[in-house]
Amino acid sequence: MRTTAKVAGYELRDVLRSRWLIGYTLFFLVVTDALFRFGGGGEKALLSLVNVVLFLIPLVAIVFSTVYLYAAREFTELLLTQPIRRRQVFAGLYLGLALPLSLSFVAAVLIPFIVHGGIATARPGTFVAFLLTGVALNFIFTALAILIVARTEDRLKGLGIAVALWLFLAVLYDGLVLLLISIMADHPLERPLLAMMLANPMDLARVGLLLQFDVAALLGYTGALLQKFFGRSMGVAVTAAAMAGWIILPFLAGMRAFQKKDF
Amino acid sequence: MITVREVSKSFGKLRVLDRLSLAIKPARITGLVGPNAAGKTTLAKIILGLTRPDSGSIEINGAPMGADDSYRSRIGYMPQLARFPDNLSARELLGMLTDLRGATPPLDEELIDRFAFEGALDKPIRVLSGGTRQKVNAVITFLFRPELLILDEPTAGLDPVASGILKDKVLAEKRAGKTFLLTSHIMSELDELADDVAFINEGKVAFIGAVGELKKITRQNSLERAIAEMMKRGVAA
Repeated sequence: MRTTAKVAGYELRDVLRSRWLIGYTLFFLVVTDALFRFGGGGEKALLSLVNVVLFLIPLVAIVFSTVYLYAAREFTELLLTQPIRRRQVFAGLYLGLALPLSLSFVAAVLIPFIVHGGIATARPGTFVAFLLTGVALNFIFTALAILIVARTEDRLKGLGIAVALWLFLAVLYDGLVLLLISIMADHPLERPLLAMMLANPMDLARVGLLLQFDVAALLGYTGALLQKFFGRSMGVAVTAAAMAGWIILPFLAGMRAFQKKDF
Repeated sequence: MITVREVSKSFGKLRVLDRLSLAIKPARITGLVGPNAAGKTTLAKIILGLTRPDSGSIEINGAPMGADDSYRSRIGYMPQLARFPDNLSARELLGMLTDLRGATPPLDEELIDRFAFEGALDKPIRVLSGGTRQKVNAVITFLFRPELLILDEPTAGLDPVASGILKDKVLAEKRAGKTFLLTSHIMSELDELADDVAFINEGKVAFIGAVGELKKITRQNSLERAIAEMMKRGVAA
């Protein structure tokens, strides 16, 4: 564990100084600030931020991590030639990316909230859930990125897969769900649709968050289903568990590939 | 020092190492030579545990190389291409490796003084030239006083002065009892440094022995011509 923390710590220092990450943090900061200035109260600003968070965090996390890990290939080799275990190197590389990405998101949201006094107007539970969801999305998409990099030798191909995966989950997936609904309109679809929702981390994050906000109009079909099926508090628990699964499974699959990989 | 037994490795359909066996003697410099894509780097990476062999075994100082990673604390590796995290300084990098290895002073910082690039150590690695990075690479290799050093094209990218300093260091460490495994495309360099050569061709060891012996067998005066002769024979055979 200590070795993992050391690897993660040094990588974190490198990542935090990256111009891309600094730019990303500033961008987020400006967006949050603007939503406050034009959008009014804390709860409203938070709700508008949800859409930015849902699309932007996965995209940045998966692309930044993929590019960083491919560029760090020789550095990874250097780490592997040290007397430390591969598992430690892998876990260190992962945390060294997921932590600074999460940190930049939390800072970029928290600072404007404090400055504009949004903390006072938003319900604390909602605000914490919002931050946790953003952090979870960072951890999920960094795990997917490290899995892609561990399994794909060619960096252009790897980056292509990363972007395609984001595009699929963010855009195409909803289309597929709608298509299914319209084709199978005569059949009971509750269960397959719920399964489809659990199979998409972005959908999960969206529903989990909107359940918190208690805005039924924005929940959409799958969200409403979830609420009907599990009730609100149970629904939140189910989405949280599914998101944890989305962190753990790609991470373990990536570690497996990394253990066997030839450098 | 190192015994490689019947090691095979394929990448897809390409068989890079074909039941290769060799023994590397302690306190000597063994040059690894052979045509391009003969499997030299793959062999070095297998010894380091970076690449997993399909079959065969490797012993280091009589102990089989297995799941235990601690044997790598006795190895220094200088890869061909040195790339480090862009935003860290060389000093941070050295500190990090010292920390990760749990190494205790005194460390071997002779090369830092000899290269006289103290000033470059605090700049982000991103702004350093390729040659300076290669110097950092060399410093790291010797820093922890390893018993076995694996150098892959060590002088590539170094200017003649730096390259001379590095070679002097290699010879001095050999006299101090260190074992070296060295790959290089520059035959005159191997002629200058190597005691033994292992000639690898098509995944097997075609010759291993003292440099003088190879010259005698091929009836050539320089290592370069001796190797060229071996390669010609390899094609003919």
